[in-house]
Amino acid sequence: MNDKAMNDKVTKARVKNDRVLRVQDLAVHFKVREGMLFKAKTHVLKAVNGVSFELNAGETLGIVGESGCGKSTLARAILGLIKPNRGRVLWLGEDLGKLDDETLRQKREDMQIVFQDPLAALDPRMTVRDIIAEPLWTFYPRIARVQVDERVRGMMKMVGLLPSHVNRYPHEFSSGQCQRIGIARALVLNPKLVVCDEPVSALDVSIQAQIVNLLKDLQKKLNLALVFIAHDLSVVKHISDRVMVMYLGRAMEISAKDAIYKRPLHPYTHALIKAAPVPDPRIARQVSDDGLTGDMPSPLDPPAGCVFHTRCPYVVKRCELEVPALRRMENGDWVACHCAEELDLTIGKPST
Amino acid sequence: MALLQIKKLYVDFKTNEGDVHAVTDLNFSIEAGDALAIVGESGSGKTQSMMAVMNLLAENGKARGKALFKGEDLMQMNMADLNKHRGKEIAMIFQDPMTSLNPYLRIEKQMIEVVMHHQGLTKTEARAHAIEMLRAVRIPDPERRIRQYPHEYSGGMRQRVMVAMGLLCQPDLLIADEPTTALDVTVQAQISQLMSELRAQSNTAIILITHDLGVVAGMCDRVLVMYAGQAVECGSVEQIFYQPKHPYTRGLLKSVPRLDQPGDAGIEAIPGNPPNLLSLPEGCRFRERCTKAHEACSEAPPMQLDEQNHAWRCFLDGHSQ
Repeated sequence: MNDKAMNDKVTKARVKNDRVLRVQDLAVHFKVREGMLFKAKTHVLKAVNGVSFELNAGETLGIVGESGCGKSTLARAILGLIKPNRGRVLWLGEDLGKLDDETLRQKREDMQIVFQDPLAALDPRMTVRDIIAEPLWTFYPRIARVQVDERVRGMMKMVGLLPSHVNRYPHEFSSGQCQRIGIARALVLNPKLVVCDEPVSALDVSIQAQIVNLLKDLQKKLNLALVFIAHDLSVVKHISDRVMVMYLGRAMEISAKDAIYKRPLHPYTHALIKAAPVPDPRIARQVSDDGLTGDMPSPLDPPAGCVFHTRCPYVVKRCELEVPALRRMENGDWVACHCAEELDLTIGKPST
Repeated sequence: MALLQIKKLYVDFKTNEGDVHAVTDLNFSIEAGDALAIVGESGSGKTQSMMAVMNLLAENGKARGKALFKGEDLMQMNMADLNKHRGKEIAMIFQDPMTSLNPYLRIEKQMIEVVMHHQGLTKTEARAHAIEMLRAVRIPDPERRIRQYPHEYSGGMRQRVMVAMGLLCQPDLLIADEPTTALDVTVQAQISQLMSELRAQSNTAIILITHDLGVVAGMCDRVLVMYAGQAVECGSVEQIFYQPKHPYTRGLLKSVPRLDQPGDAGIEAIPGNPPNLLSLPEGCRFRERCTKAHEACSEAPPMQLDEQNHAWRCFLDGHSQ
């Protein structure tokens, strides 16, 4: 066995024993009032409806899905920013739902979030120094000013900003640089888990690549557990170890990255991959007719049975009646589809 | 004669901090029935150049240059003459379908008003035509749907309504500004396919403004790449995707994460940020981010053109990798 394989094996073994996050049957429901005055009705919107997964230290889980699938709500529920209606979030074995506010606040030192719109997530009246230092002041109010300054400058260097810009305000930076500030703020406390909610979707392509590469490097360097939420499958591919696909509040599939892009298990994953535009004219022009038709059903009134059955090309009678459970396949990946064993959804090799 | 020919187009905005040079010396043309993509990052001037052509610039914006549509200069026209072309021969679709539809009016009202104005149809005729158009863009149950308000439509359906409205008068030219950017991928695929089909049926030329190279590859014949207000490269899709000559175009193609490539090929980012349009650097505007920059780049590079009608703004011959 050569050194690299040996190393890989060691890392894998270490990672396996280092489960930081366990989410079990998590559900978040919102009450929505529709109509006016006397005709008003209260509906229950099941934004997240029974999602389970696990995350190890140093591992990246990508979460993809179209708007309204519940991925951002899930992110907030993981961090305890929303109380779930059902299910548990176990952080290092501890149920976050059972903690009082102050204890939960203390736990957040280890769990941080990076938001989508970099400029909106930064206070325009604070300097970069104050923005990045704020978590430090919150958790260590008696920390020495010199120490804070040193840490802030170190963070800025780490995320690729010039430490000499420490007294500037957010509006003096471009959106890509603002996202770097957001990342520095999230990492300043040395967290174990960082949840990134669409961190690159507001950025231009060339800048997007910079941020994805930065997150990937930092994750390796700091052995972070990363939850990376995006609607763009190709971005997720470049950063994740495993990918979870969500649709209407449910996990459709959780698979290892290498497997999911070659042979997805769920028809919805397959449709997402096929719909992603390929920046190569020869491939892009091979028009395929197996694209999804119609729109996503309203999350207020999701279909009975499998939520995807109204748009699924492989639908059978059972799908309309019975909700498929998320179950483990032979190769260790997870899927919620009655027909997963019978379907071969291998993505066709592009002809050259 | 080209359907639309842009000559020496400049767009400037007056702001408190000084003049923003949004578009500098833009030249291109599009033939009838063609699909041209204008590609670039935010602030590259791709939208403002088309807004200038349609005379839709914000109040502090000033445009000069020529925009010859079938030989007539749109930039010299008064509002009344321009309105005879806009909406009828040239239609525009905007990025965000919710803000471009009037939330207080039924879809019906918004659609038939265009046809009645430009084609002089009666209300009944116009309505029938609008329903037919909605059916063409695959809105289910159009007779009922046309009576609804925009908020009753989903995002994808609203954008389909925008496409339908743009094509109501069978324009010769459709300018689509990021028509699929706000949509989810499965819906995005539906809209791009729809636009390609409609183009094939009615021979409408399309100018597609986008930052998404994937959409360009599937839909367009020619590509114009813009950077910091200038055209930096222009050629056929094959030339741009397979033999890009400008270092920026090459960088852009490498920074797109791709699904169809194996393993951890990784993505190469272009270092740095686009220049500030208030104080543009002397010489080549891409110089500070360019790995191939050399002394000559402190002078503004000329547009080069080869025999295959492939143009690029760089001192390099475009062959060295």
